[in-house]
Amino acid sequence: MSTTTTRAPDGATAETAATDAATGPTMSGAAIILQSLEDLGVEVIFGYPGGAVLPLYDELFRRNAIRHVLVRHEQAAVHAAEGYARSTGKTGCVLVTSGPGATNAVTGLTDALMDSIPVVCLTGQVPTHLIGNDAFQEADTTGITRPATKHNYLVKDIDSLAGVMHEAFYVAAHGRPGPVVVDLPKDILMAEGPYAPPSEIAHRSYRPQVKGKPDAVEQAVDLIAAGKRPIFYGGGGLINAGPEASDLFREFVKETGYPCTLTLMGLGAYPSSDPQFLGMLGMHGTYEANLAMHGCDVMINIGARFDDRVTGLLSAFSPGSKKIHVDIDPSSINKNVSVDVPVVGDAATVLAQMLEVWRRKKYSADKPALEAWWRQINLWRQRDCLGFRQTGDVIRPQHAIRRLFEKTAERECFISTEVGQHQMWAAQYYGFDKPNRWLTSGGLGTMGYGLPAAVGAQVAHPDALVIDIAGEASILMNIQELSTIAQYRLPVKAYIINNQWMGMVRQWQELNHGSRYSESYTEALPDFVALAQSFGAHGLRVSHPDHLDDSIDEMIDHPGAVLVDVCVTRDENCFPMIPSGQPHNEMLLGPEDQAGSTTSSEGLALV
Amino acid sequence: MTDDIPMIEQHTIAVLVANEPGVLARVIGLFAGRGYNIASLTVSEVDDQNKLSRITIVTSGTPMVIEQIKAQLDRLVPVHEVHDLTIEGHHLERELALVKVVNSGDDRIEALRIADTFRARALDSTLESFVFELTGDTPKIDAFINLMLALGRVEVSRTGVAAIARGADVDMEVTAITPTKRSQPRVVPS
Repeated sequence: MSTTTTRAPDGATAETAATDAATGPTMSGAAIILQSLEDLGVEVIFGYPGGAVLPLYDELFRRNAIRHVLVRHEQAAVHAAEGYARSTGKTGCVLVTSGPGATNAVTGLTDALMDSIPVVCLTGQVPTHLIGNDAFQEADTTGITRPATKHNYLVKDIDSLAGVMHEAFYVAAHGRPGPVVVDLPKDILMAEGPYAPPSEIAHRSYRPQVKGKPDAVEQAVDLIAAGKRPIFYGGGGLINAGPEASDLFREFVKETGYPCTLTLMGLGAYPSSDPQFLGMLGMHGTYEANLAMHGCDVMINIGARFDDRVTGLLSAFSPGSKKIHVDIDPSSINKNVSVDVPVVGDAATVLAQMLEVWRRKKYSADKPALEAWWRQINLWRQRDCLGFRQTGDVIRPQHAIRRLFEKTAERECFISTEVGQHQMWAAQYYGFDKPNRWLTSGGLGTMGYGLPAAVGAQVAHPDALVIDIAGEASILMNIQELSTIAQYRLPVKAYIINNQWMGMVRQWQELNHGSRYSESYTEALPDFVALAQSFGAHGLRVSHPDHLDDSIDEMIDHPGAVLVDVCVTRDENCFPMIPSGQPHNEMLLGPEDQAGSTTSSEGLALV
Repeated sequence: MTDDIPMIEQHTIAVLVANEPGVLARVIGLFAGRGYNIASLTVSEVDDQNKLSRITIVTSGTPMVIEQIKAQLDRLVPVHEVHDLTIEGHHLERELALVKVVNSGDDRIEALRIADTFRARALDSTLESFVFELTGDTPKIDAFINLMLALGRVEVSRTGVAAIARGADVDMEVTAITPTKRSQPRVVPS
């Protein structure tokens, strides 16, 4: 663009021409948004149109550069973006309209906040002059989503739009990732404004600490080396920090020879097939993982947040250990559990620093102590807490998942889940060897997450096998997404562990409420085979263990979407279990333990 | 009993934030949503060219909760800096109060005498009332109000605590503020 002093016909001076050149060309708000998405490398948007975002949809139509996946409910749009983000490591993008579009997205946003998933959600808004007037489809979106997002913006000035778009993606993905909402009044979408492509911005105030403080890292490694009964405890932060974090974690665990456990969100960060892996810890974690956590003398927490599902009774949590906590979010440190050596930083960066110190100081494990520790752990392991026997002519849910795992282990496979017993069984009986393959709603526990998350993962990985391990109750919460699956011919498989109960609710009613099964039985379930067919998917039902393998094969081999109704034993409960308010060393290993268990009144009040 | 009941401490926290819409709602929402206590909160723009506001919060909690509050504040995107004035060395705290007392006779004379010892200024007076202006730390303001309560009907408007560290260190620097003209009361022609 020319910046010479020639006077423009409308009388604009050279000075304004120069400013225009510096800030780039002008275009409509909708074009600015689409241009910034293209420049930021966004490939796909999950969304649903409506009045307030029509200019954006028009621009989307005209440019035809970014793929749009039309969901059937805005909540599902956010979960799909989460599935996309979790399975690729990229930031998910959502586009919904004002009012109900935005309020429907709130559950998904909160889910992404709790599980630290990078998502940018663009919401339509009524034009600026109508904001606050209770206009049609108006909602105070920034007000409603303030506690449901990492950050949000209401764009009231077209000149700031491009900057806000770039900043939103920066904030969503940097530091501890999370959801960001950009609320866009319709007049802003239609106004003309300047566009400048994204640059390496140094945010004015948000600059998360990535590198661990060297002295803290050194102190941590000294403590790790001194461990007699050490344990690595890894969480979702390992997944968020990218695959190199998982590689470094594996390297460090291998080099020390120490045992390792993972949280629900961390599964896949360490190969489940490796003998140093003790399984998942926490409420439904393995006996050996929880007892090792309880009895350890050095705990190395990388990217986990001492969630209440993990710690159980806080006052009795790992009482004799020194604790190291690596987290990118300083507010996660000393929130629930006081730690001895906090290290603020990115998991991958800090792990690389730790490995460097470990090698430079030529540290190695205390062999005799470690051998004794492994002997103890192996004794716990011999309890075979996840052992079960498939007998009789009804499929046990554990068997259904174990067989699914065995038949898909060799493939490039992504597993999503809904929330409840089937989710815990999937975590226990499906083994993950790589990060980003496991998509589940951990923090918020959102029933209805799995099917849309599978949509997002399948869109990102068109040729991979994507399976939603579901419960029959959860999947009904977003079953409308079968229509999305049909529209885009996504070969998503839904593997429904059907016991006709809201199983986890029933389990708690058995444990804590005298088996008074208040509203936990689903009286009128659909015929899932017919339901699948009505959406153009393949429907299968299997109820005999002898036919399970064939059904799994048929599901895998079918080129399109499949819904498998796996009819399982109805009264199975999820074990092992630490009842709420109990410490790690008081686990219920099976129904026999449950019979003798009484939950304290404090425990009853916990969720 | 040596059972460790955690000590509840009161801390004064200064927060420098970007002065943008909703920033105060974020801070207050954080306190409400996470169940933290606010004893006093004051806010004002301090640098209009760099768009900075300073929030002073007096809060209380166990040491672990206080650490949480600071970490949670610091992770809000528009927050530039968080300083715990209570632990970072000596600091000053001041409140301004406007205290109206309505009384007569000896009580009226006594109110004026007490105001004088507290270095309070009478900003407004009628034959049965005063409005006093008083600055000081929170205990001083409390003490003054308590004395006035014994002398008549009382109405109070307090600013809450503004605080700053003693000494020559500038932790939260301000570089520009545009002088504000006193606004003239707008007269609507009838």
